[in-house]
Amino acid sequence: MAFDLLKDDDLATCVHCGLCLDACPTFRVTGLETESPRGRIQLMTEWKRGSLPFTEEQARHIDLCLGCRTCEAVCPSGVPYGRIIEAGRADMERARRPATKRWLARTALRQLVSHPTRLRAFGAMTRMAQTVGVTGAVRSGRQLPRLRAPFRAPQGDVAPAIGERRHRVAFLVGCVMPILYPQSHEAAVRLLQLAGCEVWFPPGERCCGALLAHNGDLDGAALLRDANTSVYAGEQFDALVVDSAGCGAHLKDFYPELKGRVKDLTEWLAEVGLPPANNEVKLRVTYQDACHLAHAQRIRKQPRDLIRAMPGVELVEMRHPEICCGAAGLYSTLEPSMSARILKEKMDDMLGTRAEIVVTANPGCQMQLATGIRSRGSNMNVEHVAELLLRAYSAPSP
Amino acid sequence: MSMQPQVVAELRSVVGRDHVIDGANDLRIFARDASIEGAMPDAVVLPANSAEVAAVVRLAAKHRVPVVPRGAGTGLSGGAVTIRGGIALQMTRMRRILEIDPVGQTALVEPGVVNQELSLAAASHGLFYAPDPSSQKACTIGGNAAENSGGPHCLYYGVTTNHVLGMEVVFADGSVHWVSGDTPDRIGLDLCGILVGSEGTLCTITKVKVRLLRQPPTVATMLAAFPTVESASHAVSAVIARGIVPAALEMMDQVTVGAVEAHYHAGYPTDAGAVLLVEVDGIAESTRELMSAIREVLAANEGYAMREAKTPAERELLWAGRKGAIGALGRIKPNYYLHDGVVPRTKLPQILSAVGEIGEHYKLPVANVFHAGDGNLHPNILFDLRDHGVLDQVESAGEEMLRAVIEFGGALSGEHGIGLEKSAFMPWVFSPDDLYVMHQVKDVLDPDGIMNPGKVFPDPDRKRARLAGRTGLAIEAKWW
Ligand SMILES: Cc1cc2nc3c(=O)[nH]c(=O)nc-3n(C[C@H](O)[C@H](O)[C@H](O)COP(=O)(O)OP(=O)(O)OC[C@H]3O[C@@H](n4cnc5c(N)ncnc54)[C@H](O)[C@@H]3O)c2cc1C
Ligand code: SF4
Ligand code: SF4
Repeated sequence: MAFDLLKDDDLATCVHCGLCLDACPTFRVTGLETESPRGRIQLMTEWKRGSLPFTEEQARHIDLCLGCRTCEAVCPSGVPYGRIIEAGRADMERARRPATKRWLARTALRQLVSHPTRLRAFGAMTRMAQTVGVTGAVRSGRQLPRLRAPFRAPQGDVAPAIGERRHRVAFLVGCVMPILYPQSHEAAVRLLQLAGCEVWFPPGERCCGALLAHNGDLDGAALLRDANTSVYAGEQFDALVVDSAGCGAHLKDFYPELKGRVKDLTEWLAEVGLPPANNEVKLRVTYQDACHLAHAQRIRKQPRDLIRAMPGVELVEMRHPEICCGAAGLYSTLEPSMSARILKEKMDDMLGTRAEIVVTANPGCQMQLATGIRSRGSNMNVEHVAELLLRAYSAPSP
Repeated sequence: MSMQPQVVAELRSVVGRDHVIDGANDLRIFARDASIEGAMPDAVVLPANSAEVAAVVRLAAKHRVPVVPRGAGTGLSGGAVTIRGGIALQMTRMRRILEIDPVGQTALVEPGVVNQELSLAAASHGLFYAPDPSSQKACTIGGNAAENSGGPHCLYYGVTTNHVLGMEVVFADGSVHWVSGDTPDRIGLDLCGILVGSEGTLCTITKVKVRLLRQPPTVATMLAAFPTVESASHAVSAVIARGIVPAALEMMDQVTVGAVEAHYHAGYPTDAGAVLLVEVDGIAESTRELMSAIREVLAANEGYAMREAKTPAERELLWAGRKGAIGALGRIKPNYYLHDGVVPRTKLPQILSAVGEIGEHYKLPVANVFHAGDGNLHPNILFDLRDHGVLDQVESAGEEMLRAVIEFGGALSGEHGIGLEKSAFMPWVFSPDDLYVMHQVKDVLDPDGIMNPGKVFPDPDRKRARLAGRTGLAIEAKWW
C-alpha cells in the first residue's frame, strides 16, 4: 500500500516526547493515546513504513482528528502536523474502501464549493426553508445561522478607502462566508476602508479550496488554486485580506505565489492601524481562538490587542481559549458525537466568563458556538471579530 | 502471549466496553513512553474512579496479570512500558480536580490531572503548585508522584515528595487505602514517603492531596550568556557559594540553545557556549537585591549579555524555551536518548567534559540541559534511528556517561526515575543490603510481583545490548 504523499522526514521530526498530548481536544476527552497527536503520528509513520497494515478500524483515529493543529503550535520539535495530516488523509482516502458518508461529503463539497452558483442556490434554498420554517430539511449536527441576503461585491469590484488611500488590498470573498455570514464580510470591508484601504474584489475568484484540502481532496484543492492564482496574477495589491481563519491558513500554506501577502484581517489591521474609535460600547467580551488562526497562523495577540483597544470593552479570557470548539470544517457533521463532547467542554469554559458576546474569526466556529450556546439556554451572542470591532465606529450619517 | 479473552471480558464488565482496548494494532500505539523503550501491553484499561481501579487490580491479581499504571506517557526511563505485557492501566480519564482549599492551601486531585491544569486552577486563588517538571503541559500528577518528579523550581521549593500531603492508593491485592502525611510533621513510618517515587511498582495512586503555595509577590527572571559550559558551571557554583539559593537556576549548552531558539524565538544568544536562566522571587526589594548580587557573581565569572524579562509574557517565553528544550532537539536528530544523573555541583565542569569526550568518541552529538543549581544533568544523545547500527553505539555511550557520573560521586537519577532503563545499574550505587531491604518492601506490598514488573529492581535475566532488541524504535527500524 503506497503512502507516498506522507513524507518520512516530516514524520521523523516527532521525538515521541508527548508534550502535545493534553493540547489535543480528542485526547482531552478520551484520555486515549490513539486519539492523540503522538499516537496519530506513530500510526501514520507505521503505515508509511509498512510496519502496521492499513486497516479501516485504525483509519478512524485519523478521521477523528480535528485538524485543529493545536499540537503543531505546542510541539517544540517543529513537527509539521498540518502538512502531515493533509497528506495522510489524502493517502488514506486512496487506500480505504469507499464509505457512503465520506463519499457524499466529498462529492457534495466539490460540487458546491467549486461552483459558486450552486452554493448560492443552496443558500437561497436554505433561506427559503428557514423563512417558511422547514429547517428540518437542512439540519446537520449543528444549526445554520439565519440567513440574510448574501454578500455581494460592490459595483466595479472596488470599495474605496475612507479618507486618504494608503493601501490597496484584495479581499477573499470565498464560498461559505458570503452566504452564511454576509454581515461579517460587510463589517470587515468597512474596517478596511476605515483603515485607508482600497478594497478590490477579484472577479471570477472561486473557493480557496481549504475545505477540500482538509478533507483529503488535495487534487480538487489544486484545481481551485490554479484557477485563483491566474485571477490574482494580473493585479497590483499589497495584501490579500482574509476574514475566515481556515481559508487564510490554507492560502498561506498552499499558494506559493501569494507568499507573504496573505493576511488575516486582524493581522492586517494590527499592521496598518485603525483610526481612533468614536463610539464607546460597554460590553463584556470573550475571545475564542479560531484554530486555523491561533495554531496554523500563530495569530493570537493581534485580535486581542484590537479588542482591548476598543473603548468600553472588557475582554475576559475563558479557560483554554486556544482549544478547539469541535467545529473543524465538516467535522461537526461527519463526527457529531466527538464534536459534541468537545463542544461541551468548551461551553463549560466559555459560559464561565459570563461575557455578553463571544467573538471569533471563522464561520465554522461561529456556527458551532451558537449551537452550543443555544443548547445551554444561554443568551450570549456570537459575533465575528470584525463585527465587534466595527461597533467602535458610529454608523456613517446617511 | 496475549491475554485470555475471558480476562478481557471481565475487564470490560468493570470499566465498560469502550474503555478496554485489546486490538493488536491499537495496542502498538501504547507500547512506548517518551524514552526509547517499548513493549506492547495485552490490554489498555481506562478506569473512571478508584473503585474501578481496585476492581481491575483484583482481576489482575486473580489471573496473575501484570498491571502497569500509565499517566501521560512522558516518562523518560521506560516506567510506563509494559515490558512483561499485561494491563496498561491508563489513568487519563481520572482527571478531576476534586477540591481546592484556598485557606488550608491544599488541593485534592485525581491522578490523571495534568500538572499545568492544577497550576491554572490554583492560580485563580493566588496559589501555585511548586513542582514544575518541564513536561508540565502534559504529564500527570499521578505520574509526578510515582516518579517523585522535579523541575526547575525544585531547587528552592523541593521536589514532589515535599508537596504531597497524602494519597489514596490501591495495592496489588486490590485494597484501597489512604496514606497520609496529612500533618506537616510526619510522625511514625512515612508511608507516603515510600510510595512517592515508587514508579508504579508498589501501588496505583488514585488520589493525591498536595500542598499549594502562595504566589510570590514579585518574580525576576534573567538570562545570561557564557563563553563556555565550564565558565557557566563555575558561575553556578559561585552563586550558591555566596549563600544565594535562587528559585531556579538552569543551564543549556550551545547545541540546545540553537534548537530551542528555532522554535521559540525567545532571544537566547545562539553564539554563546552556554546560557543560564536564573529566577528569584519574593518581595520586591529582596528580589531586586538578590538579582543584583547574582548579576555581580555571574559577571565575575565571564557572564555577559545579561537580560532580565521585563513583562510576564517575556518571562513566560524564556521559560517556554527551557521547558521545550528536550522536544526541540528533534530539530537536530529525530531520536534522543536522554540521561539523568546528579553530580556534586562542583564536579559539573569535569563531568561535562567527560560527557563531551564520550560523545566525540562515538561520533554522536550530545546536547546538555540541566537543572544546574542542584547538579542535575541531562545529557541527550542525539541520533537518527534510520542510521544503521546506531542503537548499539547510543547505548554504549549512555552507559559510559552514567559510569562517569558515578565516578564523580554522583547518583543514577535526578528525577526521571530508574524505570526500565537504569534498573540494571542499581547495584552500582546501592549495596546488596540496600537492595535487600527494598526487595523486602516490595515483597510485602506486592507478593506476586504483578505491579509494574521488570522495573526499578535489577533484573538478573537482563542481558546487555537488550535495548536494541526491545526498544519501541526497533519496530520502526524494520522499515530499513
Ligand atoms: C520533554 C520532557 C521534559 C521532562 N522534564 C522533566 C523534568 O523537568 N523533571 C522531571 O522530573 N521529569 C521530567 N520529565 C519526565 C516525565 O515527564 C516525568 O517523569 C513525569 O512525572 C511523568 O508523568 P506521566 O504522567 O507522563 O507518567 P508516565 O510516563 O505515564 O509514567 C511514569 C511512571 O509513573 C507510573 N505511574 C503513572 N501514573 C501512576 C499512578 N496513577 N499510580 C502509580 N504509578 C503511576 C508509571 O507506571 C511509570 O512508572 C520530562 C519528560 C519529557 C518528555
Ligand atoms: S508531535 Fe511534537 S510534541 Fe507531540 S510527541 Fe511528537 S515531538 Fe513531541
Ligand atoms: S490536529 Fe487537533 S485533533 Fe488532530 S491531533 Fe492535532 S491537536 Fe489533536
